[in-house]
Amino acid sequence: MAIDRKTVAHIATLARIRLAPEEQDALARELDTILHWVEQLGEVDTAGIQPMAGVGNVTLRQRPDAVTDGGYPEKVVRNAPAAAAGFFAVPKVVE
Amino acid sequence: MTELTTLTVAAALRGLEAGDFTSVELTDAHLRAIEARRALNAYITETPECAREQAAKSDARRRKSGGKGKVGAMEGIPVAIKDLFCTEGTLTTAGSHILDKFAPPYESTVTTNLWRAGAVMLGKSNLDEFAMGSSNLTSYYGPVVNPWQRKGDPTPLVPGGSSGGSAAAVAARIAMAATGTDTGGSIRQPASFCGIVGMKPTYGRCSRWGIVAFASSLDQAGPLARSVEDAAIMLGAMAGHDPKDSTSANIPLPDFRTAIAGGVRGLKIGIPKEYRSDGMPAEIETLWQQGRDWLKDEGAEIVDISLPHTKYALPTYYIIAPAEASSNLARYDGVRFGLRVEGKSLNDMYELTRAAGFGAEVKRRVLIGTYVLSAGYYDAYYLKAQKLRALIARDFTEAFERVDAILTPTAPNAAFAADAKMDDPIQMYLNDVFTVPVNLAGLPGLSLPAGLSAEGLPLGLQVIGRAFDEATVLRVGQSIERAAGFTALPGGLA
Repeated sequence: MAIDRKTVAHIATLARIRLAPEEQDALARELDTILHWVEQLGEVDTAGIQPMAGVGNVTLRQRPDAVTDGGYPEKVVRNAPAAAAGFFAVPKVVE
Repeated sequence: MTELTTLTVAAALRGLEAGDFTSVELTDAHLRAIEARRALNAYITETPECAREQAAKSDARRRKSGGKGKVGAMEGIPVAIKDLFCTEGTLTTAGSHILDKFAPPYESTVTTNLWRAGAVMLGKSNLDEFAMGSSNLTSYYGPVVNPWQRKGDPTPLVPGGSSGGSAAAVAARIAMAATGTDTGGSIRQPASFCGIVGMKPTYGRCSRWGIVAFASSLDQAGPLARSVEDAAIMLGAMAGHDPKDSTSANIPLPDFRTAIAGGVRGLKIGIPKEYRSDGMPAEIETLWQQGRDWLKDEGAEIVDISLPHTKYALPTYYIIAPAEASSNLARYDGVRFGLRVEGKSLNDMYELTRAAGFGAEVKRRVLIGTYVLSAGYYDAYYLKAQKLRALIARDFTEAFERVDAILTPTAPNAAFAADAKMDDPIQMYLNDVFTVPVNLAGLPGLSLPAGLSAEGLPLGLQVIGRAFDEATVLRVGQSIERAAGFTALPGGLA
């Protein structure tokens, strides 16, 4: 599966990263090399093997259904590049 | 009086207890040393005011306890904190432009535990951007310089990564110990490059809460220090169950410091044949053989073992880690914290912010992760990698039916020059060939300095143990440490 410039542009859109045209070319080459390298996994017969998502607890613990935190909107938005009245502010999305 | 910055944590604790010096004196000695060694770029943020305040409070607690031993396990010890741990009100960058000016409104569990144990924060140490790298060259805040140099050659060398600032700081005696995180070798490889001890505990041993996430199923915090005993002391202070991290293990914490003294008599140590690669430098092969001989002399039994899927660990990692990273890093969008680049629309703002805020290696990995998780490729890449991960973990499970610990080299090479490997990402990824399998299986791994290369650079050996058996790993490590008698100092400090 060769990675071309069009594929890079598509995944960059999915990842919300703007790329300059020359970046697309360089990344296409790099990603193609890396993905070609990882394709060696195809050599291994994994029929019947359960995929492993993580180690340790198979079932995650449940916490008591209780409010344990919160009530300080000014602290939550303190690091926001733009905030108003305890809310995060973003460019207008509805006309 | 001995220069305070040269002490181990254990020796400093004895000196503080005996009243030979105060934490304020110990901390001031380190703050002066930090100023003198700023050229290393080991710290992104120095926190001298915070350090002096914490040190004074520590001295007060010690006075109040009246020498009755009722103080924390790290009482008065100045440490560096990798700038991936959120510290309340103190700039936390993850080495990235995209976290510009981010001062977390909360404190990570690991650092909370350290302050409760009495430790003192000297500053936030440099790292590869979002912990993605093996050289510290990807930090937005510039590269860290390894305090070690080749004999008669002043070429600056990398400290390894991603915990390169932490490792360089501990090696250069500008922190007594430091926190690190290890997703594929990010504690152990820089420890090896800088001639110090680094431990990645079992996945679940230290809480991940408040640590900037890279690959959540692999990330684990651990200590960097100048002796195995110091690593044991600090691990005990960092670890423990935390309800705020659902993958934090609710199992008892042994006293690592007392558990390590037992020696290795009667232990079975596995030597995996797959770690003997064709390209391995002869001096690393020799050091590994030396490690086997030392453990045999100390009464351990050496057992040849096989971990047949070892060669697939790196490609497996470079699917799983980017996949998890692409998901974790979705939160950096210019809305809630850090950098924002204004755009014509919300989407425009997202794309411009992430383009300006992420460096090249982070973009590369986010794009790989996005690709392997995208429709049509998920099964071929991500699911396949998860199945390989299961086989790699099974190799270890089967090996640990026959042995108590496994001995390998930590890295396939010593520290390299800053310009040596940047043009080929896969060449850089190969740095982690011996450490990545341990993360995939979630096991504890320790690197300790065991010898010098012909060029005079430190080389590490790695000890791998069963899940939640850090005590045995530390015991084996201490036996090697005793036998190796590694006392070399980086140039300029000798």
